[in-house]
Amino acid sequence: MADIRSPIPGTFYRRPSPEDAPYKSEGDAVAVGDVVGLVEVMKSFIEVKSEVVGKVKAFKVENEEPVSAGAVLVELED
Amino acid sequence: MSIRRLFVANRGEIAVRVVRAAQALGITAVQAHSDADGDMLAVRLADEAICIGPAQAAKSYLNVEALITAAKEAECDAVHPGYGFLSENADFAEAVEQAGMIFVGPSAETIRRMGNKAAARAAAQEAGVPVVPGSKGVIETAEAAVAAAREIGYPVMIKASAGGGGRGIRIADSEEELRKLAPQARAEAQAAFGDGALYLERALKTPRHIEVQILGDGQRAVHCYERECSLQRRRQKVWEEAPAACLTSEVREELCRSAVALAESVAYRGAGTLEYLYDEGTGEFFFIEMNTRIQVEHPVTEMVTGIDLVAEMIKVAGGEPLSMAQEDIQLDGHAIEVRVNAEDPSNNFMPFPGVIGKLKIPEIAGLRFDTLLYEGYVIPPFYDSLLGKLIVHGMDRKDALAALTKALQQISIGDVKTTLPLHKALAADPAVQAGQFHTQFLEPWLENRTLTADLEV
Repeated sequence: MADIRSPIPGTFYRRPSPEDAPYKSEGDAVAVGDVVGLVEVMKSFIEVKSEVVGKVKAFKVENEEPVSAGAVLVELED
Repeated sequence: MSIRRLFVANRGEIAVRVVRAAQALGITAVQAHSDADGDMLAVRLADEAICIGPAQAAKSYLNVEALITAAKEAECDAVHPGYGFLSENADFAEAVEQAGMIFVGPSAETIRRMGNKAAARAAAQEAGVPVVPGSKGVIETAEAAVAAAREIGYPVMIKASAGGGGRGIRIADSEEELRKLAPQARAEAQAAFGDGALYLERALKTPRHIEVQILGDGQRAVHCYERECSLQRRRQKVWEEAPAACLTSEVREELCRSAVALAESVAYRGAGTLEYLYDEGTGEFFFIEMNTRIQVEHPVTEMVTGIDLVAEMIKVAGGEPLSMAQEDIQLDGHAIEVRVNAEDPSNNFMPFPGVIGKLKIPEIAGLRFDTLLYEGYVIPPFYDSLLGKLIVHGMDRKDALAALTKALQQISIGDVKTTLPLHKALAADPAVQAGQFHTQFLEPWLENRTLTADLEV
């Protein structure tokens, strides 16, 4: 099992824009390089990408919640 | 002065600036802050502070209801909106007044009118202020295009009337080119929008951005001369000067007079800025929009005129008439401001939040550093990246540049990456030193060089 962490502090978003579907939902397969969310930092949006293969077990941060650098965003399972 | 308790509905360096101005006037400063900003400098300096909501700006600094409730609870009689956030929101200005407080700025009606581009353009034309010349009504034929272009002046930009964005825009430098391009533009507009009607406008390829600072009390307005803010990245100003060295004194007089005429025609109250594009080739200036608030770059104007713009806007809001006549306002020397942002210039200006280490602010005559920084401050990631504004004043532009270079060599902001290396490179650039730049200068300039991160530890 692996975690995807936020590279930077900011606000976490699970969707590209409020009208879009979430990048990933629980149970979805994740490939290396897949975007799982965005972190907004100082008015810039940074894509959070997975560095491993797995399946989404749980999102540990709600949409639009503040995150710190290194905070676990997504828990993956094999 | 009818204002005794001022609510500061903003954050960052402008909140610090407003708190200090209020206190200097003997007014109690009540600082609003989000959950993430309890430690900010303005909170530490203010007489009182009150939390207005969660970190996200939408729930705090943009939350009209929360702000009004907090201001009333703190028994404030006036609200200063700073810049950004709700500073140009007419509904907020109205809500402040309906709650029985003074909004430090123009009336909601003025904000609404001047905030609308078409209405502002119409107001400018009524006041005799030049706007970017364009065709009247739609153009259906090449002959009509040629006739319109003769009045507008070349080069002209050909746009689809029905279009938006950059689609189908062409630039014709001469009548010959226009005759060739107009039918193409027409065909393309027809295909893309089902409507071949065209609109022509004077094309300004490399304009300078020049803006005039004005102050009004609702009856009378004065100008505090102009600023040049042509060095921009992604339409964000990075370096500003006062006055604009490229203007002759005749053009300067004409430009500033036009700004006063427009401000008086709308009975402007408070501090405001009229933005213009300036075509150096022809010496023409064109009004583009008005900002009905204090601006980030206001200090360069204060440095060359000696006027405290923030104090003046508070006094006028409190019902006092302008404290100066036009002839009292004289230009003295030259000032330059550079914006110090928490961004990494070696990594495409990636934001760099963090903890501020050792601070070294040089002590040089004519230097001013408007900042939100203190040692140990944790920069929150939720807001914009402006850490401070380094401002220098000199006898003339050359002297100001020398002071800036010296200040940039000596200043040090520990443990975070900032845009200081960008400013060092700009200050050393021959074109910048010669004042040879325009709004399209900085982005290609950046593409051609690598800036170091210059992390000070």
